[in-house]
Amino acid sequence: MILIYSEKTELALELLAAACALADKLGSSIGALTINNDSGAKDLAAAGADTYLVTNDTVNQADAASVAGVLQQAAQRLSASIILLASNRRGKELAGRLAQKLDAGCLTDVTGMQAINGKIECTRNSLGGATIVTQQIESEYQVIAVSPRTYAPAAAQAGGQVQGLDIQAAVSAVKLISASKKSEDTADIETADILVIVGLGMEQADMELAHAIAAALGGELACSKPVATDRKWLGEDRIVGLSGKKCKPQLALVLGVSGQVQFTVGIRDAHTIVAVNNDEQAYILQMADYAMVADLKEVLPQLQKALS
Amino acid sequence: MNIVVAVKQVPELQQIRIKDRQPVLEGVPFTLGKIDKNALEAGVQLKESNGGNLVVISAGNEEVEETIKEALAAGADEAYLVLDDGLTNIESSLSAQLLAATVKKLDDVGLVIFGEGSGDNYSGQVGSRVAELLGLPQVGYASRIEVEGNLARITRSLEDSDEILEVQLPAVISVLGDINEPRIPSVTQILKAGRKPKTIMDLDDLGIESSEARRIMTLSNLAPENQRKRITIKTVPDLAAALRTEGGRGTK
Ligand SMILES: Cc1cc2nc3c(=O)[nH]c(=O)nc-3n(C[C@H](O)[C@H](O)[C@H](O)COP(=O)(O)OP(=O)(O)OC[C@H]3O[C@@H](n4cnc5c(N)ncnc54)[C@H](O)[C@@H]3O)c2cc1C
Ligand SMILES: Nc1ncnc2c1ncn2[C@@H]1O[C@H](COP(=O)(O)O)[C@@H](O)[C@H]1O
Repeated sequence: MILIYSEKTELALELLAAACALADKLGSSIGALTINNDSGAKDLAAAGADTYLVTNDTVNQADAASVAGVLQQAAQRLSASIILLASNRRGKELAGRLAQKLDAGCLTDVTGMQAINGKIECTRNSLGGATIVTQQIESEYQVIAVSPRTYAPAAAQAGGQVQGLDIQAAVSAVKLISASKKSEDTADIETADILVIVGLGMEQADMELAHAIAAALGGELACSKPVATDRKWLGEDRIVGLSGKKCKPQLALVLGVSGQVQFTVGIRDAHTIVAVNNDEQAYILQMADYAMVADLKEVLPQLQKALS
Repeated sequence: MNIVVAVKQVPELQQIRIKDRQPVLEGVPFTLGKIDKNALEAGVQLKESNGGNLVVISAGNEEVEETIKEALAAGADEAYLVLDDGLTNIESSLSAQLLAATVKKLDDVGLVIFGEGSGDNYSGQVGSRVAELLGLPQVGYASRIEVEGNLARITRSLEDSDEILEVQLPAVISVLGDINEPRIPSVTQILKAGRKPKTIMDLDDLGIESSEARRIMTLSNLAPENQRKRITIKTVPDLAAALRTEGGRGTK
């Protein structure tokens, strides 16, 4: 059996689609696991999955060890040798713990899977994103964490059902004191057709111009990691790259970004890249379709005028 | 109390050249993973506020003995290293076994700190695996760590929320790259680094065989094909025109 699990139902539905794509070729069945989440279980069943609902207040979602304990028992009980998790932060933390419990090989941030000769060939970024590595897991159990949005969520389908699964859980050693939603500007940069991406070559005073240029082009504003995490000019939801989002826009206008591998991995699937940088050696200029060596302080006001 | 930080030696990524879609690693210098330096800085700060002995651990090829000086200069008191020339590009399960066995050699371990992901592999599993091997609680993706006596209070930053968690020591923590800004070592610190104690072990010392752990097979590792037009733009009107054409808007 292929067992899928994510605490986020929308990601679990993506995993269900991934599992469906593998199941036929591998000749396996599919099971979906949910923990203390009735509505998630119903949604998965409505997408056709045989869904197992664990109801146990002792399980602590904020503790990877606790959740891994449940998944280990479920995998063994249901004879599931392939476990698909989501590669969000919770999923990645869980993946390593579960893999160690099952003595399994594990791949995270997987961006593609293909069943070939009974094995699952997985692709993921390596060397910070400079290369794409194709690997397969050889151990009896396989733990694979799939990058969000690699698969479109499974659509509604008949035949699914929910059944309870009785599982023991040890008392968690991690105590959740409080949780708070990040109140930040969110954006769907992964599906945008046009992106204007700003880096540290930008000055804060010019951010308004960047917004205006994005608006004039009908695009979304996105950024390199330090613009969000160090400068906090934009929300983390807008980060392009290895630890941010992998985007495939028709057009990316990249302003004041040096183009280190961890950034470019998020933009290399763009159809057209236009880059402006004042350093002619900047790597981003080499991977651009249109490259302009210029100072943003001069270019931005003029560009805004030209586009409006 | 020992504060342990795991740091991995990785090739300097910006210096890797691609030839016929293959990464060329010859001649590329080694460094410590970027986020591992944040893990180390987190350890240094905890030592400064709470006291303790700061130990860096690492598993890798013989070059690690040189590379680790960076960590000793940045504030670690000593290093425990597992060195073997077969330990280049090892898979996560083996790294975890070696690091867990290394931690077991130390007494009175309070915290074992990891980076959120290693510089080359960025897989985020070694910390979780070590926690399981040691039977310790773990908290990943920390953006803040405070320790009071035997209790750690950690802020975990997830994609859409922050959590504040408490855990009894000993515990395993992995940190985010934005938890701190690693300090640059002074010249005296760099000079002193060479004289700080290093305990060097091999696989036999830990009773681990490198072949027993192979769980992943690599089929290929290639740079993606990158065909770009490489057109140079000189003026803003040309830039605006290119954007209009390629963006498919405003051309009418
Ligand atoms: C494990 C890991 C994961 C990471 N994940 C990501 C990720 O997902 N996304 C990401 O972006 N980074 C990521 N990074 C960080 C990455 O390595 C770089 O540090 C980051 O991308 C640099 O951002 P930048 O290009 O904006 O800044 P810089 O590298 O500082 O570049 C600024 C650029 O602006 C140019 N410039 C300066 N002034 C001007 C001016 N007036 N006019 C025009 N140009 C100017 C400069 O020439 C320079 O090229 C990651 C790092 C690690 C280790
Ligand atoms: N060979 C190693 N030696 C020391 N620390 C390591 C090693 N491999 C991984 N780590 C640590 O584990 C973290 C996560 O690594 P990874 O699972 O490869 O992303 C890194 O940030 C390091 O702190």
